[in-house]
Amino acid sequence: MSSFWSMWIIILTSITIVGITWILFANRKREQQPADKTTGHEYDGIQEYDNPLPAWWFYMFVITIVWGIGYLVLYPGMGNFPGILGWTQLDQHSREVAAADDKFRAMRDRYLALPVEEIAGDPVVRKMGMRMFANNCAQCHGADAKGSYGFPNLTDDDWIYGGDAATIKATLVNGRQAAMPAWGSILGDQGIAETTQYVLALNGRDTDSTMAAAGEKHFQTYCVACHGADAKGNPALGSPNLANGIWLYGGTEEQISHTLRAGRNGVMPAFKDTLSEDKIHILAAYVYGLNQ
Amino acid sequence: MSDPDLIDLQEVAPAEVGEIDLYQHRERIYTRKIEGFFQRIRLFTGWPLLLGYLVLPWISLDGRQAVLFDLPARKFHILGLTFWPQDFPMLAFLLIIAAYSLFAVTTFAGRIWCGYTCPQTVWTSIFMWLEQKTEGSRNQRIRLDQAPWSLEKFAKKLAKHGSWLFVGFVTGFTFVAYFYPVKELLPALATFSISGWALFWVVFFTIATYINAGWMREQVCMYMCPYARFQSVMFDQDTLIVSYDKKRGEPRGSRKRDANPSALGLGECIDCELCTQVCPTGIDIRDGLQYECIGCALCVDACDSVMDKMGYPRGLIRYTSEHELQGGTTHWLRPRIIGYVVVLCLMIGVFSYNMVSRIPLELTVIRDRNQLYVTTDSGAIENIYTLQLVNMDTTMHEFEIEISGIDDAMIIGERMYTLDGGEVRAINLRVRAEPEQLDKPSTELNFRASATDMPSLQASSESRFMKPL
Repeated sequence: MSSFWSMWIIILTSITIVGITWILFANRKREQQPADKTTGHEYDGIQEYDNPLPAWWFYMFVITIVWGIGYLVLYPGMGNFPGILGWTQLDQHSREVAAADDKFRAMRDRYLALPVEEIAGDPVVRKMGMRMFANNCAQCHGADAKGSYGFPNLTDDDWIYGGDAATIKATLVNGRQAAMPAWGSILGDQGIAETTQYVLALNGRDTDSTMAAAGEKHFQTYCVACHGADAKGNPALGSPNLANGIWLYGGTEEQISHTLRAGRNGVMPAFKDTLSEDKIHILAAYVYGLNQ
Repeated sequence: MSDPDLIDLQEVAPAEVGEIDLYQHRERIYTRKIEGFFQRIRLFTGWPLLLGYLVLPWISLDGRQAVLFDLPARKFHILGLTFWPQDFPMLAFLLIIAAYSLFAVTTFAGRIWCGYTCPQTVWTSIFMWLEQKTEGSRNQRIRLDQAPWSLEKFAKKLAKHGSWLFVGFVTGFTFVAYFYPVKELLPALATFSISGWALFWVVFFTIATYINAGWMREQVCMYMCPYARFQSVMFDQDTLIVSYDKKRGEPRGSRKRDANPSALGLGECIDCELCTQVCPTGIDIRDGLQYECIGCALCVDACDSVMDKMGYPRGLIRYTSEHELQGGTTHWLRPRIIGYVVVLCLMIGVFSYNMVSRIPLELTVIRDRNQLYVTTDSGAIENIYTLQLVNMDTTMHEFEIEISGIDDAMIIGERMYTLDGGEVRAINLRVRAEPEQLDKPSTELNFRASATDMPSLQASSESRFMKPL
C-alpha cells in the first residue's frame, strides 16, 4: 500500500473512532425531558415515547470502542502499521499447516518405516493415497488412474519404466523425461510408411507384407537400439513395448506413423520438491497397489 | 435613565435546569415470594422440562448417546436417527414449524411461552428461589442491600452467588454435554484432563447462565428478546392476557377488612401493591397491557390471595381478553386461529412425510474435468467419474452402481461396494460408450446406487457424457 492510501485509512479510521466516541458521550445527558415523556412529535395522532436506553448498553458501546482501539494496536488495520503482535494471515496459515503436518506426520512416518509392498493393501494407506492421487496425479492419469492419450494407464501390468516398488518411487521422486526421436527426415515418407507396417505386424494386425519386410530393416537399424530386437522395449531406457497392443499415443496406423515421423516427448514431473518423502512413499504404495 | 420608551434592563438568572441521564440504570427488582394456582402450574411445566434437559445427555441408545450434536463429525444424533449436513433443510423446516407454533400459541393465549416454559423464566425462577433461601424474604433482602458490609452480609452474599454459580455450572456442563459425549466429559472434568475448548465452553455457559438469570433477568426480556418486541403484532382483541379489571377495581384505595367499599366510594382494589411486588419485570399491571409483561400470572396469584382475605371474589387481576374486559365475550374460534392451526397441521404433515420417506443415502457424481473424454484404440469413448457415496444409514449395506441414459454404455471398474453405516466412499470409475450411440457431443447420463438388500435405499445423480465434437 502506498503511503498516501495508508495515511488515508489511518486518518479515516481515527476520525471515525473519535467521532463515534463524541456522539456517544455528547448524547449521554439531556437538559430536560418533556413532562409526558414523549418525543414531542405527533404523526397522525401517534405519539412516541422517549424512553431511556438501559445503561449497560452505554457500557457495551464503550467496551466496543476500547476493544476496537486495542485491536488496531495489536493487529494490522491502521494502514501499513503491522500491529505490535506482528500477526499476518500467511503466518497463521503456515502455522496451521505445520500443526496439521505434525499431527499426521507421525502416522505417515509409521508407514515410511515399512516397505511399499507391505503397506500397499492397507486401507488407511489406500484412502490417503487416493486423496493425494486426486490432488497430484489425476489431472493427467485420470481419477481412476487408467490414463488417457499420452498418459499411461497405471492399473495394468504394462510399465514403461518398470512397475516394482522402488522404480515407481523413483519415477515419483525424480520424474521421467521420455525422448522418442523424430525419424521423418531420416526415413522419409516411404520409410515411415514401411516401418509403420512393421510395427502393426508386430501386433498381429493386417499389413502389407512387402512393406512390413522393408520396415523390419529400418526397425533393426534405428529402433532396435531402444526398443530391442524383439520390440519388447527396455524399462531401463523407458522405451515401451511395441508388441503388446498397448499404445500410449494411439494404435491406429495414422497415429503410429505420426509418432515415428514427429517423435514423442512425454514428461512425468518430479514430485520431490512438491511432496515430502513420507507422502511420496504412501503415493507409491497406492500406485503399486492399483494393479495388485 | 428613565426614558419612557425603554424598558428597564433586568438581570435574569437562568432557571436551574437539571440534566437527565439518557441511559437508565437498572433498578433492582425485589420480588416477593407468592404461592397460588398458577405457580403450581408452573411447577408442572418447569420441572419436567428442566429434568428433561438435565437427564437427556445421560441416556444411551444402542451404545451411543441418544442425543448428541457431534459438530466435529458433522453428525446430529437424535434418538435413533442420524442427521447429516445434507439434512440441514429439515432442521430449518423444524425451526420454522417451532416458530410458527409459537405464533399460533401467542395469538391464542398470549405470552404463556414466556411465563411458563422459556429458559430465561425457568432459570430466573430457580435463581430467585435460591435468593429467597440464602438472603431471606423481599423485605429482608432490601434491608440487607442497604445495610453496611458485615460478616453476615458477606456470608449471605457468598452463599447466594455460590449457589447461583453452582446451578450455572450444572447448566453449562449439561449444555456442553449435548455436543461432547457426556461419558467422556465428566471423567475428563473430574480428573482435570479436559480439553481446552470443552473447558472454555463449560465456563462460558456457566458464566452466561449466572449473568442471565442472576443479573440480567428482565433486561433480557425487555431489551434483548426479539419475541417480546414483536409479540404485539400477534395479539388481537381475543388473545388471553393478564389484565387488571379497571371497572371492578377502581377507584382503588385502602380500607378496613369489614368496610363496605361501595359505601366508601371505592372499587375492589385495596391498593396493597402486592401485584407490583411480585412482578419479575417490575411493572404495575394496573397500568394496562405492557410489553414488559411476560404473562407469568404471579400478580394473578398475589391478587387472588388478597381477594380471598378480603372476602371479595377472585379475578380482579386474571387471564382475560380485551373483548371480555369491554364487556363482551372472548371468541375462541376465530379465522386467525383456524388459519394458524390449518397451516400448522399442513406443515407438520409435510415435515412428517419427509421424515418418514427420508432416504439415508447420498450419491454425488463429479466428472473428471482435465480430460473431457478418452478415445480408445478401438474408437470407443470413455469418460472418467468420481462418485461420492454416503451411507447415512446406521447399518452396513452392499450397493450396486448402475447407469442409464445411453444405450449399451458400460461401467469399467468395480460396480459393487460395501459401505459401513455412516461411511463415505469415493469411487473412481469410467464409462465406455460407442460413438454411434451418442448423437450429441454431450449426453445426459444417470448414475444410480441401490442397496442390494433394501431396494428402497437408493439414490441417483445426473451427470454428462462427453464425446469429441
